[in-house]
Amino acid sequence: MVGEIKIENVYKRFPNIDPTKEDVQALNGLSLNVEAGSFISLIGPSGCGKSTLLRIIGGLDKATEGKLYIDGQEIKKPGSDRGFAFQGSNLFPWLTVEKNIAFGLKARHVYKENKKDVDEFIKLVGLEGFEKSYPHQLSGGMQQRASLARALVGHPAVLLLDEPLGALDAFTRMNLQDEILNIWKKHNMTMIMVTHDVDEAIYMSDKVVVMSARPSKVEAVIDIDLPRPRARAQDTFQEYRTKILNVLNLGGQIDDVEYYL
Amino acid sequence: MSKRLYAWLKLLLPFVAIAISVLAYYFIADSGKQKKTDHPYYLFLLGAIGAVFLIAVIAGLFKDSIRKDTIERAPLITGAIVFLLLLNIITTKTTLLPTLYFPSLDRIVGVLIENRVFLIQNVFDSLKLLAVGFLWGAGVGFFTGLALGYFKIVGYWINPVTKIIGPIPTTAWIPLALSTFPTTHSANIFLIAFAVWFPVTLMTSSGIQSINNVNFEVSRTLGASTIYQILHVAIPAAMPSIFLGVFYGTVSSFATLMAVEMNGNSSGIGWYINWQKSVMMYDGVYAGLIIIALICSLSLTLLFKVRDKVLIWQKGVIKW
Repeated sequence: MVGEIKIENVYKRFPNIDPTKEDVQALNGLSLNVEAGSFISLIGPSGCGKSTLLRIIGGLDKATEGKLYIDGQEIKKPGSDRGFAFQGSNLFPWLTVEKNIAFGLKARHVYKENKKDVDEFIKLVGLEGFEKSYPHQLSGGMQQRASLARALVGHPAVLLLDEPLGALDAFTRMNLQDEILNIWKKHNMTMIMVTHDVDEAIYMSDKVVVMSARPSKVEAVIDIDLPRPRARAQDTFQEYRTKILNVLNLGGQIDDVEYYL
Repeated sequence: MSKRLYAWLKLLLPFVAIAISVLAYYFIADSGKQKKTDHPYYLFLLGAIGAVFLIAVIAGLFKDSIRKDTIERAPLITGAIVFLLLLNIITTKTTLLPTLYFPSLDRIVGVLIENRVFLIQNVFDSLKLLAVGFLWGAGVGFFTGLALGYFKIVGYWINPVTKIIGPIPTTAWIPLALSTFPTTHSANIFLIAFAVWFPVTLMTSSGIQSINNVNFEVSRTLGASTIYQILHVAIPAAMPSIFLGVFYGTVSSFATLMAVEMNGNSSGIGWYINWQKSVMMYDGVYAGLIIIALICSLSLTLLFKVRDKVLIWQKGVIKW
């Protein structure tokens, strides 16, 4: 099985806006192993560097120090082995749904031989009949579906999700959570998701990685030992919720913790 | 039922206005100050308007969309006919306005009809000059803007130059251009191209610079190379802004066209107006202005048609 991610002692420093001051330390020697085929959530106080870590895994940013591997290969830039679903849908407004989804295949010049994948993923995310629609003609949830299909169509081993559902209303959100789980199950891929939502993390993940405030490290990795499919109204959720919130509170950051109930 | 009657009455309005105009033409005494024309050209024009409208009414019997348009425009066309009627009364029936500067409609329409071959030749010369200059300006402007907007290093060195040279009004270059270029024609092309170049450059580069960076990040995660990003992200995303630049450029190319044709040119519609003015033939001046209005308006209509095709994905559209 492919899609194993190894993160070894990664540091990330950003130059301070005021050049006379010291660099901002975002990640401080962070290490993490992600098993192939598992679903991991990254959670932590806002500004702790969750998204930065995800961007480094995606190859959009470079680690200042330390190394990252996907299936033993060092990560240096974006690659077809990793898909990236951004916060908000970020579809290209000048392309139809169909062409948005086909963008990656065309950019990698493999469109002709994979044409039918586009149709398959349109079907998978339930957008049949909207192939020729432009993004502004779709609802927020549909845009997010199209965006997921766009990230998935090249069959990446790992899907990186940066708060993909943050901008959606509660019902659309729950719907899409289930759809993402279905896709994960069907395609056997590794999922790494950044979220603010503790319940979302518990509902979806095998493991919840709790990060500390900046400069950030892995504070705890909490295994969610619940059978799937999970019921949202489960009592055991409270147990995990308390556990995660306790870890977050250890840093003395009670006021900064962001979560939705 | 009454709604239907109302629509038919509306469609009748232009014909009523034409009838009144014809009656006024023959039954109100002329002041006698206007030069007589060989034919009642103003009535020819009214006849043409009436004929076109009649065709539209008949076509409307068979096609709903045409009928809707025709009914909607009937009052506007009536208004235009009434306006011409008032103009004709003021210029030919009274001496309210000096007849030298305000020729009768007969004379203005007469110029358009009698001198049509010569006018068409001049329109053709103007259009050729405009098209060649425009294509050069828009083409060079697009590539300059692309380089300035996409490559930061190019922007650093070239932006100050465009910022100083660009805002100079094109007409200020006329003396220099006329003396440095080998032919007047090449100078004219340069001047028109320059007028288009600056707004296209500016709006292309600013369009590219204001693209949300996440678009480029998305395309990188999808495996796009730099060239692919320029062609498939930067250019389409900047297209609304580029079109705005082309629009500004087109408008300023009209102004430049007139300026160069009135300065040392010996053909073209701008030259024609100037020449007619210098021989005190103001009917020719008005005829020229009418032609220019038609050319400019049609060019912009064409531009917006292209825009609507290319920018079909945009939510709001500028109405023209």
